[in-house]
Amino acid sequence: MSILARLKPGFWDHGDTGEERFKHLFNFRRIWKLTVVLTTVVALSPVISMAVFDYNVTHDAMESEIVLRTSRLVSNARRTVSFFLTERKAALDFIVHHHPFKELNDPVVLTQLLDALQKAFTGFTDLGVIDASGRQQTYVGPFELTGKDYSGQEWFEEVLARGVYISDVFLGYRQLPHLVIAVRHELEDGSFYVLRATVDTKRFNDLLSGLEVDGGGDAFIVNQQGTIQTPTRWHGKVLKKMLLSVPEYSPKTEVLQCQGLGGDSLVVGYAYIAETPFILMIIKHQELLMKPWHKTRKALFAFLVISITAVLVVILRVATYLVNKIHDADEKRVVTLHHMEYSERMASIGRLAAGVAHEINNPLAIINEKAGLIHDTFTLKQEYAGDEKLIGLVESVQSSVERCGAVTRRLLSFARHMDVDIQPVKFKELIEEVLGFIGKEAEYRGIQVNVAIRNEIPTIESDRGKLQQIFLNLVNNAFAAMNDGGHLDIKAYRRSEVSVSVEVNDDGCGIPEADLKRIFEPFFSTKKTKGGTGLGLSITYGLVRELGGDMRVKSEVGKGTSFTVTLPLQAKQRKRVDT
Amino acid sequence: MRVLLVDDEIELVSALAERLSLRGIEADWASTCHDALTQVESKTFDIAVLDVKMPKMSGLELKKKLQGKCPHLKFIFVTGHGSGDYFQAALSDAGTAYYLVKPLQIETLIDKMNQALKA
Repeated sequence: MSILARLKPGFWDHGDTGEERFKHLFNFRRIWKLTVVLTTVVALSPVISMAVFDYNVTHDAMESEIVLRTSRLVSNARRTVSFFLTERKAALDFIVHHHPFKELNDPVVLTQLLDALQKAFTGFTDLGVIDASGRQQTYVGPFELTGKDYSGQEWFEEVLARGVYISDVFLGYRQLPHLVIAVRHELEDGSFYVLRATVDTKRFNDLLSGLEVDGGGDAFIVNQQGTIQTPTRWHGKVLKKMLLSVPEYSPKTEVLQCQGLGGDSLVVGYAYIAETPFILMIIKHQELLMKPWHKTRKALFAFLVISITAVLVVILRVATYLVNKIHDADEKRVVTLHHMEYSERMASIGRLAAGVAHEINNPLAIINEKAGLIHDTFTLKQEYAGDEKLIGLVESVQSSVERCGAVTRRLLSFARHMDVDIQPVKFKELIEEVLGFIGKEAEYRGIQVNVAIRNEIPTIESDRGKLQQIFLNLVNNAFAAMNDGGHLDIKAYRRSEVSVSVEVNDDGCGIPEADLKRIFEPFFSTKKTKGGTGLGLSITYGLVRELGGDMRVKSEVGKGTSFTVTLPLQAKQRKRVDT
Repeated sequence: MRVLLVDDEIELVSALAERLSLRGIEADWASTCHDALTQVESKTFDIAVLDVKMPKMSGLELKKKLQGKCPHLKFIFVTGHGSGDYFQAALSDAGTAYYLVKPLQIETLIDKMNQALKA
């Protein structure tokens, strides 16, 4: 038997073949499906809704946290970079305000100032003083740049216009990345000069490489054209174009999500550093940042799957149990209906039999008395005595009347026992009564009936009517199973101190082993197409149980069947059944 | 032994009375309860054989009335009907020994009458 067939509940293949009034009230498979679907929807909706809600909330919270952390890091880094540049610009401002132009044109003083700046602020490489015509009048540093003409250069124009200038990072003569900070100072005579300092980017780079960026992140600076200004981990070399596009200008720190060139999701935090050409970029990999949340998500899914499985198992079991119970109850109801109808029919037959017997009995009694009188006249009165032929004829009439009388008495007895009553019953008489109903059939079909009831079988206290029905059903079944010329053996013996057993054995067709387990079940019939209701043995079994007895069956296909009814010597007193 | 046979079937009761008479038993018969009650007033009977089911009055009711008039009268019930109620009532009134089902065996009836008289 397959697992599916074993799991299939009893009501699943329930087929309703009964008459209209004995039909089951429910479509059990439909009830089961409806119960399972409705309960599943009601039970799982909150669980799944909560899981989806929780998923979204934690996902959003995680993303917010990432944005917040990135934003905070960008802000802090911007302040640091901004401070670094402002500090150096302020130092140059301080110099031009506290040193006269003449002093600054003195290379010795300028050298002292460069030494002081390198010690105090670090990063300064050289210092130069450029007059209003753009010519570098004094220069201290590693190169020979005194007298260099900067007029017409873009940076010079800008410092003239804005008073201050911070350059992009560039290689310049030195072929080393560096940047320039220049400030303009007005002189009392209306002219001006520019103090220009070169700052190497090592210190600048250290500011960003020291940042702890999670999520496989990268922190670097680009200029507004997208040229990388400081070393990066993943996004290209210094002074090369950044692979990502330059983010839109915003005066505040911004964080946005975008796709990297490899298709991976990136979290990009950036800030334009005021009064400089720089944009601070912090780029993180979202996948790595979300890793802790993925663990939570996995746990959530596992919990959800386990919950749904548990709920489904419980729903299936409970629904199956309940529908099974309804099915059993409804089956009992139908069986009871059948039983009632059977009892009712038997009572009707009883009443009919009694009526017929009564109607026949009176004229029969008259025939009997008249024939008796004729017989008496010929035997008792001398004047009529001696006519042997007439006496023979009358005796024949009387014996026929006696036969009719026996039939009507049996009918009356059967009718009387429709009423439930516990009374002393002798097995021999009982079996003879039952066989009396089918004696003729046995004779016609040549079925040999052997009754072996031992004399020591005691009289039992039981319901005669029910016993008649039990054995009549068993004998009828045996007759149905046998071919003409079969053998029916009825044996009774004492089983124990308190019980007797009666065996009804036939040599009929037998019952297959698979059917044996089910023959006492209501509606189980192999003769349904021939009009069997499948209730005969079920009712017989029910009657035996009502009398406190038990019934067993043994059978072999082709050899015959043996029913053994074991009854207590004293049946339980039960309520009278109205018939 | 004087016997009163009561049955609404005249053909039956008259033939039965004659058969008993042939056997030396003095038997009178009545086909109605009224007739039976009248006869009891004028004659003395030892035993009454009553049909259980008769029109107007049942054998059981008749028994009570007859007992009122003749306290020593013995009774045997005869019936052609198998109703459980009648069966139970007749059994409790007369006992199993004095309840007979039609058609009767004359010898059985005489045996029962003798038993009833001796009881």
